[in-house]
Amino acid sequence: MGDEVISVRELTMRFGDRVVIRDLGFTVRRGEIFVVMGASGCGKTTLLRHLLGLQEPTGGEVRYGGESFTSAPPEVRERMLRRVGVLFQGSALWTSMTLAENVALPLEQFTSLRAAAIRAVVRLKLSLVGLRGFEDYYPWELSGGMQKRAGLARAISLDPEILLIDEPSASLDPPTARRLDALILQLRDALGTTAVIVTHDVATILGVGTRALFLDGEARRAIAEGPPSELRAQGPAPVRAFFAGSVASP
Amino acid sequence: MGRELDRAPAPSVTIDGQGLAAWDSALVVFVGAVLEGCRARGTPVDTSGLPPEVGRLLGIAQESAAPAERAAPRPGGIEGVGVRALKRHVKLLDAVAFVGDTALALGRFAGGRARYRSQDLWLVVQQSGAEALPIVALVNFLVGIILAFVGITQLRFFGAETYVADIVGIAVVRDMAALITGVTLSGRSGGAFAAQIATMKVTQEVDALRTFGISPTEFLVVPRVLALTAMTPLLTLFADATGILGGAVVATTMLHQPFAGYVRQTALAVTAGDLLGGLVKGATYGLLIALTATLRGMQAERSAARVGDAATEAVVTGIVSIIAACGVYQYVFFLLGW
Repeated sequence: MGDEVISVRELTMRFGDRVVIRDLGFTVRRGEIFVVMGASGCGKTTLLRHLLGLQEPTGGEVRYGGESFTSAPPEVRERMLRRVGVLFQGSALWTSMTLAENVALPLEQFTSLRAAAIRAVVRLKLSLVGLRGFEDYYPWELSGGMQKRAGLARAISLDPEILLIDEPSASLDPPTARRLDALILQLRDALGTTAVIVTHDVATILGVGTRALFLDGEARRAIAEGPPSELRAQGPAPVRAFFAGSVASP
Repeated sequence: MGRELDRAPAPSVTIDGQGLAAWDSALVVFVGAVLEGCRARGTPVDTSGLPPEVGRLLGIAQESAAPAERAAPRPGGIEGVGVRALKRHVKLLDAVAFVGDTALALGRFAGGRARYRSQDLWLVVQQSGAEALPIVALVNFLVGIILAFVGITQLRFFGAETYVADIVGIAVVRDMAALITGVTLSGRSGGAFAAQIATMKVTQEVDALRTFGISPTEFLVVPRVLALTAMTPLLTLFADATGILGGAVVATTMLHQPFAGYVRQTALAVTAGDLLGGLVKGATYGLLIALTATLRGMQAERSAARVGDAATEAVVTGIVSIIAACGVYQYVFFLLGW
């Protein structure tokens, strides 16, 4: 129980008028990289938005460390989210700020560090993602891969216990995507962070995932959970077909 | 095609494509319609004379699975009117909640508890204040000229052209400077505010703020509301000066009035109450423009097409709201005898 970082119970999610996933349940344990996978449109990103409180479920709940997030008042949610860092699919860096300002903003708002200490922390975080020397660049002056890494630096700015990562390899070429996967693993090992990664990229799932959950968009529920390599070899037909990059036979 | 098959039923249909020199998607659509019509009537079709690519394309089109769940038809007619009315109702409730949320955020700002960056506030002050000065000055200068021409034309009937300074001065200082400045800022700053925030919603920058526990209202709305509410009266003051200057240019060139005399006549006609009333109106218009623009930005959906819509709606709503506010001020000032 003490190992449960995130637990989701009987979660039902809608997108507009459409039920995307119903009665979803899973638990993320401390230190693991938990992958939520499935075909495009199956509700992976919608699940991430529910984990962050950006969308409200029509049923069920999300719990962080055994405490209900879904039924918590806004100020408690804010406190709970302080333990979570997020890397959005498109990085979502604040475009009017430099990389240093992006990483510094959460530190300025939520810590009592002095300006010099914040600058030092910012340099450290950017160094961890290989962006030392890019402090004064604006997001739009960087490549897609560098933006992702900068987004990761911002996500770890407050040393979160949990990292939520949405489609890390989206719009990246394969070598850059693999470098980002390696970086996620390095950060997990160095910082002991628990990560939830939402992706449909098989290389990322097999490369970094400790455990994986497969969302089936047609069945509108999770149909398999376990270590990615096991799911690839012994999972239900749609999961094996997903890993093989083919269409499941009915 | 269906009618033709019904008019002259045939035991079988042959599509002969031997004379085809070139073909495009129209042929595929036509053959598809023939096949469907014949299938419904149980008539066999021979397509062996067609280019093989046509058959392949038809095969792919038929293979593509229809969506498991059909999208609900878009409501039309009376139902559409009802759906739009309900959406308006939701938007109205959103607007009320937004104003309340902004008021609370302004309270937290006053108490030093709001999360924002002071450099962002000063940047918006510069963009919506100092950088707007040239266009505000130019537009109000031209309005002063127009008012002077209209005044001279009418006063000439009574031989009272020398009173043009009174007409221009009172009209500009009491109402026109604030109103014209408001309209200009609605187009300039209001549209920009809505587009900036709507774009931040599309790129998930607003979501990123929320996930860090930073209220978008405090971080994005409060600086813009404060900046525009503070800058509009200052710009109105400049607009007063340039409007009067525009009138003076007409009076000195058309009526050969001395410039100093025109200014003295204006000073005698315009009271401190007129000036203060104009500045209060300016502040109100600034507040309304900032609120409507940031509201439209925050209401935008996560789609690039909605950014333009948000900017357009912000400008239109801003202008309508400041003109409505102007009407309310006129009525209240009239009742108070000001």
